[in-house]
Amino acid sequence: MFLTFPIMVIRVNTIEKVVEWRWGNLLIVGVGVFVLSFVWRYLIRKKEAGTQKTEAGEIHRVPLAQQISKKPRIYIPAFILIAGFAIAFPFAFSMYQTNIMITALIYVMIGLGLNIVVGLAGLLDLGYVAFYAVGAYTYALLNHHFGLGFWTVLPVGAAVGFLFGILLGFPVLRLRGDYLAIVTLGFGEIIRLILENWNEFSFGPSGIANIPRPGFFGIQLSLQNATMYMYFLMIGLALFTIFVVNRLQNSRIGRAWIALREDEIACQAMGIDKTKTKLTAFALGATWAGMGGVIFAAKTTFINPASFTIWESIIILCVVVLGGMGSIIGVILGALILILLPEYLRAFSEYRMCLFGAMLVIMMVFRPGGIISNVRRTYEFKGLEAHSRQE
Amino acid sequence: MDWEYFCELFLGGLTRGSIYALVALGYTMVYGIIQLINFAHGEIYMIGAFTALIVTSVLTLLGLNQIAIIVLASIVAVIYSSAYGFTIEKMAYKPLRHAPRLSALISAIGMSLFLQNYVLLAQTSDFLPFPSLIPDFKVVEPFAHIIGSTEMAILITTIVVMILLTFLIKFTKIGKAMRATAQDRDMAMLAGVDVNRIISITFILGSATAAIGGILIASHIGQINFYVGFIVGIKAFVAAVLGGIGSIPGAVLGSLVLGWTESFFTGYVSSDYEDVFAFLFLVFILIFRPTGILGRSETQQV
Repeated sequence: MFLTFPIMVIRVNTIEKVVEWRWGNLLIVGVGVFVLSFVWRYLIRKKEAGTQKTEAGEIHRVPLAQQISKKPRIYIPAFILIAGFAIAFPFAFSMYQTNIMITALIYVMIGLGLNIVVGLAGLLDLGYVAFYAVGAYTYALLNHHFGLGFWTVLPVGAAVGFLFGILLGFPVLRLRGDYLAIVTLGFGEIIRLILENWNEFSFGPSGIANIPRPGFFGIQLSLQNATMYMYFLMIGLALFTIFVVNRLQNSRIGRAWIALREDEIACQAMGIDKTKTKLTAFALGATWAGMGGVIFAAKTTFINPASFTIWESIIILCVVVLGGMGSIIGVILGALILILLPEYLRAFSEYRMCLFGAMLVIMMVFRPGGIISNVRRTYEFKGLEAHSRQE
Repeated sequence: MDWEYFCELFLGGLTRGSIYALVALGYTMVYGIIQLINFAHGEIYMIGAFTALIVTSVLTLLGLNQIAIIVLASIVAVIYSSAYGFTIEKMAYKPLRHAPRLSALISAIGMSLFLQNYVLLAQTSDFLPFPSLIPDFKVVEPFAHIIGSTEMAILITTIVVMILLTFLIKFTKIGKAMRATAQDRDMAMLAGVDVNRIISITFILGSATAAIGGILIASHIGQINFYVGFIVGIKAFVAAVLGGIGSIPGAVLGSLVLGWTESFFTGYVSSDYEDVFAFLFLVFILIFRPTGILGRSETQQV
């Protein structure tokens, strides 16, 4: 089977001929696929060797992140370094860079929100962007009709997100796995289509413009300063998110989520209220998305339904999956990589979605844990032994 | 007058439904065997349509006659889509056979995203005109003004495909093996069924029917672009769920029901919210009757 594999792939990729014959492309694809198939086979073999080893109990790998967090000598200077860099960033780089960073930080925030739902509770939510849209439209509409400012709407957006989370959560609680994914996907699309078609309510495809940026005690800020202010605001909010999610993760309810992810039936048998647990996961995830939406609206000052397609959900999902489901540092890294990299590699930006797709597959096949695979191990029974052996 | 309008909608729904059925079959077969929603299925359908388009335009340049073009284009499209289905299964799903369901699902979404954008890059994002492949022939007079030749062709093809597929599954050795695998994979393996081969065959069959659906709908609508697979894929999935996923007659029935409801909804209520309606339909089915019309309730595996 391995021998037929490259042939298979090459044949499959020859589709690229329109009436204009593009033999050049064909050649590139052929060579690329040939090389890739070698890499692929190498990885497969490596993975198989790895599983054999773990099955034989030869190695007990401790994830890198945990190794680092065990040693204060490494992580304190690293933390200070990162903090220093974060503070100096808007002064050292141009406004364009800062803007990109703000986007990345928004993704950090909503990525962490989705991490609650997907990473911790194990509920695959493909309509996450719906809550994001809800937040953004809450701000835009409240501002348009009632002239409410950013700071008033931020908690309102969070609350509306929360409400929608419960609203969606209630009916879909009985579903799980694939069905849940599809229903949430459907829900996301419903929200988008409604926003697109209900002209009187949401101004249709043309969107809402002139949304004010967040104010700073009523002082008029120049564009430069506003961006900088926004950046620090985002840093603050991201830190707040990290703090809350971290606390949640180690709290009673966080443990319940992880238990739910690992084994729903066992979890019920242990007396955890499944309904309540799922609902909180959904609602809390949606809360962050709502807040993220408000910030997004404030940042871009313009929103329309085109910003909230299903692919946006998938990018956020990518952030969570790439970084490592359930791990906070992983999600942060994932967001930074996924959002910053395409910006700096402008030349490849049209291949971005293509790469995202390939990446999801590859991650799932070779490293389902993400870049930083986390937590799971420490909660295992064997993990405790390994832990004590290491001490 | 009103009656005629009704007939038109009815036939429109029937046409739609039969195309959904062709795509939904793939979902249902794959789900029946490995309990995975093949998200990339809609993309296979799209690729089938694209292949047909490319082959047709090449052959038209070469100046073959129309019948030859149709036959060749369909054959090539079916072969290509099957090869895609086969490869997708090998690359994205086979390594994850024993992984958690969430991983396989994410992998499927990734595959769908990849294929969509790959076609977007290789072709363009524009709507490409699709030639009407089916030659015009006269339909018997009283129906001539409510049903076109394309609709006729779609209906006939669907019925033929259904009959062939039923025959294959009910009476051949492969079909028997497929049913055995669907019931219990491990037991089938013990009984000497090459499960991997059966799964591949299922993917190939599903892709082939999807490709046929792709060609038909593309020549019916007259244009395609890289995004068509997604919406039709979702709707076919709705249909499969509606009929009870895993059951082949269920997929057909569900597709027809969905086709009719959609057609009447568009005809009598509003066309703006057509897709919203499809999605709402999905949500309601999943909430109130997740097993579908013909589905059996699965026992919980512990």
